Amino acid sequence: MSILETKKLTKRFDGVVAINGLSIGIEAETITGIVGPNGSGKTTLINVLSGMLPFENGSVRVNNAENLRVIRPRNIPLYGITRTFQNIRLFEQMTVLDNIMVVLTKRNVFSALFERHTAYRLKQAEDVLRAVNLWEKRNDLAINLSYGQRKLLEIARALAMQSDIFLLDEPFAGLFPEMVKTVSGIIKDLKDHRKTVVLIEHNMNLIRELCDHVIVMDGGVLLSQGVPERVLAEKKVIEAYLGK
Amino acid sequence: MEYLLHLAILFSIYAILGLSLNLIVGYTGLLSVTHAAFYGIGAYATALLLIKTDIGFLMSGLIGIILAAIIAFLIGMVLSKFDGDYYALGSMGFCIIAFSVFLNWQDLTRGPLGLPGIPKPEIFGIEFSTSALFVILAAVILIAIYFACRCIANSSFGRVLKTIREDEQAIQVFGYSTLYFKLTVFVISAMMAAVAGSLFAAYITYIDPSTFTILESVFVLAIVILGGLANLRGSLLGALLLIMLPEILRFVGFPGEIAGQMRELTYGAMLIALMLWRPQGLIGEYKL
Ligand SMILES: Nc1ncnc2c1ncn2[C@@H]1O[C@H](COP(=O)(O)OP(=O)(O)O)[C@@H](O)[C@H]1O
Ligand SMILES: [Mg+2]
Repeated sequence: MSILETKKLTKRFDGVVAINGLSIGIEAETITGIVGPNGSGKTTLINVLSGMLPFENGSVRVNNAENLRVIRPRNIPLYGITRTFQNIRLFEQMTVLDNIMVVLTKRNVFSALFERHTAYRLKQAEDVLRAVNLWEKRNDLAINLSYGQRKLLEIARALAMQSDIFLLDEPFAGLFPEMVKTVSGIIKDLKDHRKTVVLIEHNMNLIRELCDHVIVMDGGVLLSQGVPERVLAEKKVIEAYLGK
Repeated sequence: MEYLLHLAILFSIYAILGLSLNLIVGYTGLLSVTHAAFYGIGAYATALLLIKTDIGFLMSGLIGIILAAIIAFLIGMVLSKFDGDYYALGSMGFCIIAFSVFLNWQDLTRGPLGLPGIPKPEIFGIEFSTSALFVILAAVILIAIYFACRCIANSSFGRVLKTIREDEQAIQVFGYSTLYFKLTVFVISAMMAAVAGSLFAAYITYIDPSTFTILESVFVLAIVILGGLANLRGSLLGALLLIMLPEILRFVGFPGEIAGQMRELTYGAMLIALMLWRPQGLIGEYKL
């Protein structure tokens, strides 16, 4: 059974229909690629699923939460979801370490007031920062990292959440080859640890290498879906990418 | 000597105001100019209770702090829905409202006539009647507030405040209800401002509304920005410099009277210069 499902989901921006009656399901413990030309609604889909944008029609089911019509951002971790952003959104004028620590500590105001981080939390932060080779940079401000390092820090922050479902919006975009290798290693590792990954990506070789399933969007609707080998060879998919 | 003690007491009071406002402006990134309102609430509550009752300084101060907390909670409920420019404008509105209450609720505050004859504080039988004694009281309270602010800033709570400053929407997606964090820091900060107000009323022994205008909020804001946003030692430095400013001006040769008038002009000019060349303040870590 799918762990995440949308039913006839619709999201409009004034005149633009960014997502148009989309019904898709994401299987648990798989890597699902979402592809489609720019402006096809991929990022909007993740924004809606993570509660950052309200949606007008349809519903969402995630883990055991049925039939959601409103998604509140603060409930996202409760649904087992975490995400990264296509346009990097770090806590820029804070250290690399603090960018991670903040997702590990208590959510409740009064617990947070009396909490100093423990060695245990620090170890957790160290583990995810080492996974992206940023432990040595832990005391730098996020704003001073290179573009690639900032992307990696976002991924580390998502990893620290230890969620069930990871929504990754173009995590490879603009990375050097060895960083691409790091990130694809992390994504494979997530699957080995029985996590679910949703991956927005334009590089079809990476989609073939990593994904069990691929969903193609075009103009806010589902164009095709299935195993990458077959779907990426379909004429309508190629046409959508190349422009008719 | 007496004058030095006077400056030291004023420094303590403004340092408390600066430290507490830094929690909101520097750490949380919300440009609040309501601070003078809570300073005034603390001062008026303490003054009235000291004049009209015999419950003593500690109890009067405590009631002032609680009153400030309640009012901050209500105002914060509204303000915390805003951010950016709207937050600043909203907070300005509340400061103006508070000032007109001090001015116009004449039965209670005697309006522009002010409240004279506020008794000097007496705690556990010690009467803080001289400047030498009062400076000890003020310093003890300042140190306590400094460490309280440091605990808050270094806690997990303080870290969340900074993320609200950096990207409130992003931190929400990681499971934080930012509204409660903004509200809590606002209430804590207001309570500290009320502490400063209590000290001020008991020290000066006469208060009137003219101390608690929006200009006073801006003066405290200048302390915070000059010293450095999100840096507590910066607020101490900022308070020190701005309190000493007229003395510094006199020292470099301005005649006494002009030095006093130059104060506002100089701190205005200083703010502009700061924004141009050192937006993070003298020892701050963060740019507005
Ligand atoms: N915040 C927004 N306001 C208005 N229109 C938007 C907004 N975000 C996305 N859109 C529009 O929605 C459509 C889908 O965009 P997006 O989801 O970013 O596509 P993709 O990620 O697939 O490139 C585009 O036409 C885009 O212009
Ligand atoms: Mg996109």
